[in-house]
Amino acid sequence: MKIKQLSIFLENRKGRMRKALDVLEKGGVSIRALSLADMSDFGILRLIVPDPDRTKKLLEDNDFIVKIGEVIAVRMEDEPGSLGEILGILDDNDINLSYLYAFVAKEDMAIVLLHPENIDEGIKALEINGADLITAQEIYSL
Amino acid sequence: MIWNEEAECMDQDKREELQIKRLQEVVKRAYENVPHYKNRLDQSGVKPEDIKTLKDIEKLPFTTKDDLRESYPFGMFAVPPRDIVEIHTSSGTTGKPVVSGYTRKDLDTWSEVMARGLTMFGADEDDIIQNTHGYGLFTGGFGVHYGAQKVGCTVIPISTGQTKRQIEIMEDFKSSVVIVTPSYGLYLSEVAVEEGLDTKSLKLKAIGFGAEMWTEGMRQELQNRFHAPAYNIYGLTEIMGPGIALECPEQDGLHIMEDHFYPEIIDPETHENLGEGETGELVLTNLTRQGMPIIRFRTKDLTALRRKKCSCGRTLIKMDRITGRTDDMLKVRGVAVFPSQVEKALLKIDGIEPHYQIIVTRPQHLDEMEVRVEASPELFSDEVKELVGTKKRIENYIHDELGLRVNVTLVEPKTIPRSEGKAVRVFDKRVFNN
Repeated sequence: MKIKQLSIFLENRKGRMRKALDVLEKGGVSIRALSLADMSDFGILRLIVPDPDRTKKLLEDNDFIVKIGEVIAVRMEDEPGSLGEILGILDDNDINLSYLYAFVAKEDMAIVLLHPENIDEGIKALEINGADLITAQEIYSL
Repeated sequence: MIWNEEAECMDQDKREELQIKRLQEVVKRAYENVPHYKNRLDQSGVKPEDIKTLKDIEKLPFTTKDDLRESYPFGMFAVPPRDIVEIHTSSGTTGKPVVSGYTRKDLDTWSEVMARGLTMFGADEDDIIQNTHGYGLFTGGFGVHYGAQKVGCTVIPISTGQTKRQIEIMEDFKSSVVIVTPSYGLYLSEVAVEEGLDTKSLKLKAIGFGAEMWTEGMRQELQNRFHAPAYNIYGLTEIMGPGIALECPEQDGLHIMEDHFYPEIIDPETHENLGEGETGELVLTNLTRQGMPIIRFRTKDLTALRRKKCSCGRTLIKMDRITGRTDDMLKVRGVAVFPSQVEKALLKIDGIEPHYQIIVTRPQHLDEMEVRVEASPELFSDEVKELVGTKKRIENYIHDELGLRVNVTLVEPKTIPRSEGKAVRVFDKRVFNN
């Protein structure tokens, strides 16, 4: 139920994001989901890609700093209140969330990627409460 | 007004006579009481008796900051410790600080030379001096304090900081002379404006500024903002502190208190003595100091000496404004910083590449120092708060080493240029050359 996620260190400088994307393009990597956390002088680019290990190496060969971490992906109805419901589960179980990002995958279906401080507890709480967790393969094949 | 006309307006013959007598005495005292000097002179094959003319000083070996550091803490004292009544230290940046010890008589000398300087600025018994130099191990605060007390001024020993309070006091106590570092002076004037104070209404008589590199432009700015003339104070802890050389109303060079400090200019590479008007490294010798006489100290400050008739009437030789350093020392907010210290701090942190850059700017008249460090997989975390924590941790290590708050920027790997030979690590973007 854990999805591998790449985190890439980016300096907050013109052209850095583009440089990372160029590397992915040349390597034929198609991004499934993306988020960018930005601080005043640096940022963290987070990516879900079909082949995380290969992509990590590709980026590292181009002098990027990359870490592989894990997130949880939850499928939800694309309608008001869906996200709140999922966050409510974590909240009710006293699970802190470090960050999340979400996207609309298909008509009527959205996916949220969650990074709780404790990922196993997060999965447990979500499963017990009937959240629709999806696998890496499902995300890659979207 | 001249504080000590006899000393400050002495004719050449008399001055040289006094200087050689004092030089002979000090060399003898150092040789007999300080093992470091005995060893050095013996190694160089020079005896105190060999000093027959002032020119003979060139036979004596130099003293460097490293020599002083090796003698830490009290190895350079020429008197028993009980005769030392006060101690100051340099900011202690590269390794151990340099300790400076003063006897009662040395404090009298220090008071005397600073009194001469404050008198040059026009200060007298009726003046209220607001001394924003820090009181403590730093010599700035106490040196100015002693001089002002000697003159009979009223001293406000406020130290640096509490800027709003400074302004309130300037206004309420009607301070007439303010002692600042140039950057703090400019900052003070800005806060004054924010606080709605019309600096013209302060009716300041003079500003005394020191402890930092400065430019004529900065002086003009200080003068314009405070509506008062601004005069430079030069000094260094190793030799005594502020008061070694000061500016008279002519504002064209600093009079060196030659009866107490003997100046030379050398070529920093060949170590040869340079003539008047030639720019090189200033070398100073204590002529009268009891507690810790220093002979031929290499200041690493670049300047030139000029002996010319001064409209103020003083015959003391003048030195130019310091135009640079022979080493890579930077002064940031008055604190001496060597790039090697930053490196030392970085080496304590796992996962940091030894590639860094130091960028010094002066955005709002106050110095800012940025240290750019390459991030590495060890330092990188997926979580923003951890990355921010890493940045803070590096900043704290550097703070511990320098005593200065800096801003650390993590940059991508291999983005700091590698250079062959001596790396250019420092980018001082402050402007000192106008």
